[in-house]
Order: sequence, then structure tokens, then C-alpha cells
Amino acid sequence: MSDISSNSAEERSASTSQMTVSDTEVAIDVVGMHKWYGDFHVLRDIDLKVMRGERIVIAGPSGSGKSTLIRCMNRLEEHQQGQIIVNGVELTADLKRIDEVRREVGMVFQHFNLFPHLTILQNLTLAPIWVRGIPQAEAEATAMHYLERVKIPEQANKYPGQLSGGQQQRVAIARSLCMQPKIMLFDEPTSALDPEMVKEVLEVMISLAQEGMTMICVTHEMGFARQVANRVIFMDQGQIIEQNDPENFFSNPQHERTKLFLSQILH
Amino acid sequence: MSFSFVREQMVEPAPAPVNTAGPIAWARRNLFATPSDSLLTILAIVLLIWAIPPIYNFVFPNFLGGDAVPPGGTVEECRVETAGACWAYISARMSFFIYGFYPAEEYWRPNLVFALGALLIIPLAIPRVPFKRTNAILFFVVYPVICFYLLNGGVLGMRPVPTEQWGGLLVTLIISLVGIICSIPIGILLALGRQSKLPIIKTLCIMFIELWRAVPLITVLFMASVMLPLFMPQGTTVDKLLRALVGVTLFSSAYLAEVVRGGLQALPRGQYEAASSLGLSYWKSMWFIILPQALKHVIPGIVNSFIALFKDTSLVSIVGIFDLLNTVQAASSDIEWSSPTQAITGYLFAGLVFWVFCFAMSRYSIWMERRLDTGHKG
Repeated sequence: MSDISSNSAEERSASTSQMTVSDTEVAIDVVGMHKWYGDFHVLRDIDLKVMRGERIVIAGPSGSGKSTLIRCMNRLEEHQQGQIIVNGVELTADLKRIDEVRREVGMVFQHFNLFPHLTILQNLTLAPIWVRGIPQAEAEATAMHYLERVKIPEQANKYPGQLSGGQQQRVAIARSLCMQPKIMLFDEPTSALDPEMVKEVLEVMISLAQEGMTMICVTHEMGFARQVANRVIFMDQGQIIEQNDPENFFSNPQHERTKLFLSQILH
Repeated sequence: MSFSFVREQMVEPAPAPVNTAGPIAWARRNLFATPSDSLLTILAIVLLIWAIPPIYNFVFPNFLGGDAVPPGGTVEECRVETAGACWAYISARMSFFIYGFYPAEEYWRPNLVFALGALLIIPLAIPRVPFKRTNAILFFVVYPVICFYLLNGGVLGMRPVPTEQWGGLLVTLIISLVGIICSIPIGILLALGRQSKLPIIKTLCIMFIELWRAVPLITVLFMASVMLPLFMPQGTTVDKLLRALVGVTLFSSAYLAEVVRGGLQALPRGQYEAASSLGLSYWKSMWFIILPQALKHVIPGIVNSFIALFKDTSLVSIVGIFDLLNTVQAASSDIEWSSPTQAITGYLFAGLVFWVFCFAMSRYSIWMERRLDTGHKG
């Protein structure tokens, strides 16, 4: 964790200038949202406004509902009460709206979820071709562009099973980017990786942040949070306990629960 | 410097090592390792000595050292008490076994159907051959239409041949091919329907599957051929072969649905979620992501169903359709060739034909499984 934050002090100052956050344009607006699994109240009264260009890190103990929250943002999970408005479209049971939102929101999973029966290139071009209707040649060119960005263009014709975990996760990020999303959701993208592969994935995420992508990351990488987040949100038992900019969040946590969590995770 | 130790006596030469290669060593290792192994080996050899010669003598003709009457032999030879299988009878009635009661002067029509089928299915089964899409359309859409008009006649000056006259291997292949090809899409749709979130569709699919799985195929065929006409308005008839076809197809699709459902459930939820999160619609994610993987997982089960279907086609003989087994059975009471081994030779032949087709399907599926393996247990 620490190597990320230490090696890039100048990088950070150079790049923060590009990281502009919109004051007016709301990317995701969650209003009074509740979710239950049967009788279990998973998310309680969530209010969260994410501005365009904002980079948010959601932290919290396991079972606190942080993954469920971002999975609600592209309706992989449905909420029972309140509103979620993504890019101006409210998520309801209406399938058209759900598809509309999903086209603009990329998601990266803990376990990559690449399609094992397709080559890397096919993984990347499938959705652009069949959802956006982009011609194959153009989709392949875009795919190669993003594979170069995640630094594995030479793997284009392999199958996911032939790649390392870090490479697979970078492919998964590239796959989402090929849809040219306005928002990226990351659901513990480095938790399933061997330690030496975490860095290569975080580097890709940092460069994405520097380009001003709106990002919401559920992660335990506090170094990453310190370096790129504008806001860190702490959740516990289905509630947002505390949110602040990383500087204050780490140095001056307000809530007891947050202090406990930070003392356990930062040694 | 002087040596502190000098050997004065030579070591006794060791015996030559036990042979560890070659047939004798192999037999010692695998067949006679322990006393009980040796006993079992000897018993097995005795059993083989007892069983093989009579079987060999029965099946193989004189010029190979057996007692069977080869094709071209006479009925008198078959009537000799020591005679083995009467292959002469099989070859004499071969056209009946292949075409049933199809008029002999029209044999070119089924022959053309066989030839066209082989011509289309062989390139379809070999992955390297290009034009798969055209090939598939020709085989699955154009070919059945051509077959129907060719066999049924009544067009282009071809004389009509009602389906009652179709028979033998021709009918067995028609029923099993139509059953296999039509039950794939129906089975997949039923499996997807059973997993649907829409309660009506889900209930209907479950009812359909459970109904057909709970009834024996014989009952289905009886219902189709005896009961169905009673419910139909007077004067309307549906062809008997068609009714059997529909029955076999629906029956097999219910089984296939459950096999496919197993594959769908074996897929990790992440695959569905990844497809959804990319904005793929339900049908697109099924077509591109879910089904290719799910079906690959259950190839053995699918082929199992097809093999069962192929063998079950012999049940249509019960409703009076002359499939391969029924023609064999009918011919076995043929006075002209009556001999002690007539019936058993016929059944042996039918069994052999069934085995060849089923074994081919099985091998092809194993080969396909290996080919589709992309080295990931996803």
C-alpha cells in the first residue's frame, strides 16, 4: 500500500491539476435509499451525491454493505426504497432504463468475470459490437488501444485462462473502458490478486483517475485512497458513517467506529 | 601419502536385474503381481477360452474359420444344424431393412436423401471447413424441405409415396435426426424458461417438463397414434409418422431442458453479472455468453440424451411404424429365409447398426469437448 503513496508525490501534484471535479453536474444521485435481503436490512437510508469527475473510495468492514451499494448503482441489485439516479436516468424496474444506465457505467469485479470461452480481443469487442453497434474493425482498433493502455496488447489472442490474475483484471478494466463509460465502478478490484499483482492494477486505476474518470471504488487499498480519492466514505452496518477528503479522513477521523477501523487497517 | 584402505576381496557379482520392460515384465507386474491377481487372471483366461470360440464361430463365415453363412450364401446353407449367423439373409433383405416398403423403383429418392445428408453433415462436423453459416442453413432449413418433397413425392412428376410406405433405417434416421435437431432449441428455451423471473413462463415450463418426463415414451406414442385421432374433428387426419415425430421431439426436449438447466446453474453468477453490466440484453447475453459456456459444460449429458433418443426411436414400431427394428422383426418371419438363426441374425444386425451410430456420436462428442476446452474452468 505504502509504495503507491510514496513513489508518486510529484506525480500527484502534477496530475491533480487535470483532476477537475464538476460543481454542477451530478453523475450519481442516491436519495434516501434502502435495501433489504428478505428481513435483513442491508442498506439504510443512503444519501450520496457523486459529482462528475469525482473519485470516491468506499471503505468499511466486510458485510457493511459497500459492495451492495455500488451494485445497486447499475442495478445488479435492486433497491426497495428511495431513488438512484445515474446520469440523469432513474433506476426502476424498467429494463430499457437499466440498459441505458449500464451502457454508460462500467463495472470491474473482484473476480474479474472475463468470459473464458472468448479470446481477450473478443471479450473486449463483444459489447461495443452488439450493444453499441460499432463495426467490428473499429471495435477491434478501440480494443487494441485500451489493451495498450493496460500494457498487455500482446495477449489479445489468448484466452483469459492463460493470463495471470493481474493481467485478467487489467483486461477486465479495458473491457469496461471499451464501452467508453462515463462512470466506472470498482468492486474490490485487487482483493483476489496476489500481492505482487496489486500494483499493476492500481497503476491502471490511477492513470484512469488522472484522466478525470468518475470513479467509485470499494477497496481496502488505503494508499490508493490517499493518492487519488477526493472523498473517502466509511460504511458500517449498511449506513454511511462518515465521509471526508482523504487528508482529514485518515488524520482526523470523527467517528469511533472509523477510528477503530483505521487503527486495524493501518499499522 | 598412502592409501588407508585397499579392498582385498572382490564383491560377489549381483544377479542380473529382473526384467522391467517387455511383455513378460508387463504381465508379471499387471497380471500376476499377487496370488489373488494370478488366480483372477487364470479365471479370466478360462472364461475367455470358453466364451470366445462359440461367438467367433457364430459371427464369422467359413473362410474366416467360423460357421456363419456369408452374404451370397443360400438358405439351405443356413438351415444346416451347425450353421452360424445367416448373413446371406441380411444381405438378401438389406433393401427392406434400409427402405422398408418404399417402392423399389423409387429407391433413388431415399438414396439421394442419404447422399445429400452426408454431403452436408460431414463438412458441418469438421470445424476447419469454411462457410459454416451457409452450411448450417442448408442443412437445418433447406435440406429437410428437400427431403420431404423427395421422399413424399407428388411434385415435379415424382409419384407420391405415403409415409406408411417409408421404413427401415430411413425412418429410424428421420425420426432421430428430426428429434435431435428440433429438441435442441425447444430444450434450451424450456431450460431458460424454467429459470425465468416471470412466474407464468416459469410455471408453464416446469409443468411441460415435469409432465413429459413423468410419462413413458410408449404412452406418449400410444396417445399420439390412438387417442389423438379421437379428439380431432371428424375427417381431419394428421400423418402417423408426423405424430410420432412430434411426440419423440417433445419427449426428448423435456429431458434436454433439464440437462441444459444443469449447465446454466453450473455457471458462476459473475458471468451473468459481467454480461449485464456491459449492457447486453437478456437474449444477447444468453446467446454470446451464457449458452456457449453452459452447453459446453453439458456436452456429455446432451449426447447422452441424443443416444437415448436414437435408441428410443425403436419404440415407434409399437404404433405400427416400420423403423429399422420393426423391419428386422417383420422379416424374421419370412418363410423364404426361415432357418434356426434367422431371427437372431436379424437382431444382431439391428444391434450392430444402432451401435455404430451411437458409438460415432459418443466419439464425436468426446472429440468436440477436447476441442472446445480453452483451459479455464469458468
